[in-house]
Amino acid sequence: MFKSKTKILQLAVTLSACAFLLVPTILSVMAGLTANYFKGISSGLTLKWIYQVWELYADSIFLSLWLAFACLICTLIIGLPAAYGLARNPGWLSRLLEEFISLPLAVPGLALALALLQLYGSMKGFRASWTFILVGHVLYTLPFMVRSILAVLAAMDLKTLEEGAATLGASPWQRFRDIVVPNAMPGILAGSLTVVTLSIGEFNLTWMLHTPYLKTLPVGLADSYASMRLEIASAYTLVFFILIVPLLMAMQWASARAQRIAQ
Amino acid sequence: MSNRTFVMACLAPLLIFSLAFLALPLVRLFLASGEGDAGWAIYLDILRKPRYLNTLVLTVLVSLATTFAALAVSTTAGMFLVRNRFRGRGTLLSVLTLPLAFPGVVIGFLIILLGGRQGLVNQLTPGHVVFAYSALGLFLGYLYFSIPRVLLTVMAAAEKLDPSLEEAARTMGASPYRVVIDVILPGLMPSLIASGAIAFATAMGAFGTAFTLATNIDVIPMVIYTEFTLSANIAMASALSIVLGIITWILLLIARSLSGSTVAAGG
Repeated sequence: MFKSKTKILQLAVTLSACAFLLVPTILSVMAGLTANYFKGISSGLTLKWIYQVWELYADSIFLSLWLAFACLICTLIIGLPAAYGLARNPGWLSRLLEEFISLPLAVPGLALALALLQLYGSMKGFRASWTFILVGHVLYTLPFMVRSILAVLAAMDLKTLEEGAATLGASPWQRFRDIVVPNAMPGILAGSLTVVTLSIGEFNLTWMLHTPYLKTLPVGLADSYASMRLEIASAYTLVFFILIVPLLMAMQWASARAQRIAQ
Repeated sequence: MSNRTFVMACLAPLLIFSLAFLALPLVRLFLASGEGDAGWAIYLDILRKPRYLNTLVLTVLVSLATTFAALAVSTTAGMFLVRNRFRGRGTLLSVLTLPLAFPGVVIGFLIILLGGRQGLVNQLTPGHVVFAYSALGLFLGYLYFSIPRVLLTVMAAAEKLDPSLEEAARTMGASPYRVVIDVILPGLMPSLIASGAIAFATAMGAFGTAFTLATNIDVIPMVIYTEFTLSANIAMASALSIVLGIITWILLLIARSLSGSTVAAGG
């Protein structure tokens, strides 16, 4: 089937790109499981680096999971009603608001973190608590939640459905609970998985907002890259992969499903 | 509660949150950039002082190189994967999109495993080949980050191309090269510009990758970080953040108007 020269060339480029992405990932997994990376795989396979990572960094792993959960709750509370409000008021003002809350997608996290630090850095109790990092994570993930739900809501005939329910005597709250939320479910699911995946991996904002007592998983990773031996850094990266790869796959599945429904 | 008040109440949490944690902090950041000794002339200093200007030029050059390399690789691979069905295609596609969830720091570490002192290249080749901490390492890190994002955008556009146009060109005697130049590339152009803008913007603003790799060279995000934490030059850190933010925002605005989709920038 790969007869022509162009096809062989295309295949070569595709395979090289795969190798470029995959080889260092495999190296990292190997290094995390090898007794001595410098001597190579002949020094034997071991789980002792993983145990050491657990002893050193279990706190930061749990902090990241907790932050991702809290971030999900916050983005749902803010994002779900907001997406409904935006879908019911299509117009330039809504477009402008959507554009504005999407700024954190475009503006580098470092700049947002500097902005937050300068305004709230002097409020010591807030600055030193985990809620300060949470604000950063919500800021960054909220646009994904809003857009994901909005895309599904915009594709259905919300107005007719709601008018039908209203003539039957449903209050605005009942219509929101019984019509909007169930119909928006594919968007909510896709948005939720995106929020959790992004929150667990967030580094740019978190590095600036964290304190020495509050290190998230990626902050711990940067810490181990700078100060630990290669095997521990790799084992920690492996733990991160085990956490993030299933989430990514679930996220891609849910997003594709939501997109199909929105069309 | 009337219908209209209910809909407005739905928007209230979003308005309060984005006012308190987005609008006001950004205003504060902008004001802080003018509070240094130089006043508002600090924005001219970015262009006048060699330290900042050289960094800006280097950042733009590395980002441009990343953009064109990512476009070339991802368009070739994307067209190939869209036009051919074969065993293992799904696996290749998963491998190419897997890094979407990797933060910049992790990608920096992966480049160190390739080109660092204990890296693969250094072990396989004689002599000391260490490129992880140079502009080349940074370029490879950004490329790693961009390939999956450009690939997804290009593939989405390529699926909508009409293969019969290419067939028509071929039957009229066009060489494969002319088909690419005259039929495929014009069809893909909006998505190429869009994904190119995304790749450029993410490379300009990438902090995580630069944080692990840029120990010897300066790029804008690293200068912002060191000005803020080490030199306590808050005005310059703020001014550079504003400039960087405006550049990346405009680029992504262009990208969105052309492709309609948003891929997570981050990094």
